[in-house]
Amino acid sequence: MTGQYLAFFIFALMAITGGVFMINLSRVIHMVLSIGLSFFGVAGLFIMLQAEFLAFVQVLIYAGAITIMMAMGTMMTQGGDEGEKPKRRLHNVLSFLSAVLVGAFLLYGIYTTSWPTEPTDLGANNIKEIGVTLFSNFVIPFELASILLLVALVGAIVLAKRDGEKD
Amino acid sequence: MVPLGGYLAVGAILFSIGVYGLLTKKNGIIVLLSIELMLNAVNVNLVAFSRFGIAANITGQIFSVFTITVAAAEAAIGLAILVAIFRNKATINASEIDIMKR
Repeated sequence: MTGQYLAFFIFALMAITGGVFMINLSRVIHMVLSIGLSFFGVAGLFIMLQAEFLAFVQVLIYAGAITIMMAMGTMMTQGGDEGEKPKRRLHNVLSFLSAVLVGAFLLYGIYTTSWPTEPTDLGANNIKEIGVTLFSNFVIPFELASILLLVALVGAIVLAKRDGEKD
Repeated sequence: MVPLGGYLAVGAILFSIGVYGLLTKKNGIIVLLSIELMLNAVNVNLVAFSRFGIAANITGQIFSVFTITVAAAEAAIGLAILVAIFRNKATINASEIDIMKR
């Protein structure tokens, strides 16, 4: 077993255990923190795939911003009805079956297809490459993404503003 | 060298976990987090194919930059909607937000 396989197993284990803990823990804040572990694992997988820029973006946006924002949202929306849980056993079993079916179908497809095995070397300097491609071939999607972020910012503020306040 | 199938398998498992959480969890915040997990699984696939694909190049990574952008916008809007719902109904339990069913 080489070091690369070891790193892959560690990062994949981080990603999957984070997700499983999110399903199984009972407190919402613990769920939010465990999904942070999953995001860090995926960032590690990105580094192994020579996508260093995306790994840093993943840590900044997912593990940093989204996890913390959801933790803040959890604190802002703590209600009294934490305790009572009506049982929905049939619903849970059906959901589990459909999730397992989706997963089994995807895994079967993955293991019966012969994928290209030779990785392409994306180069040590691929952050520069991303910038050049983004501003030569993908300028219009880039600008649209910035407009989308602006609209989301304004929309989130308008939605979360209290009704009574003017301005 | 870890083969492409390993990365795709991790993506598939993360996606199924996201599907299960989306279907069973009742807290609105956890439902949003499950959607983020599914988008993350898609990102793993895009980046893996940008390294191992037949015409592998940097475009897969650029596509996942856009996915991350949209996911961040979606998380912000979703959280704002949840805060607004909580202010009106004092709950974010998805099974109690049923005004339109009555």
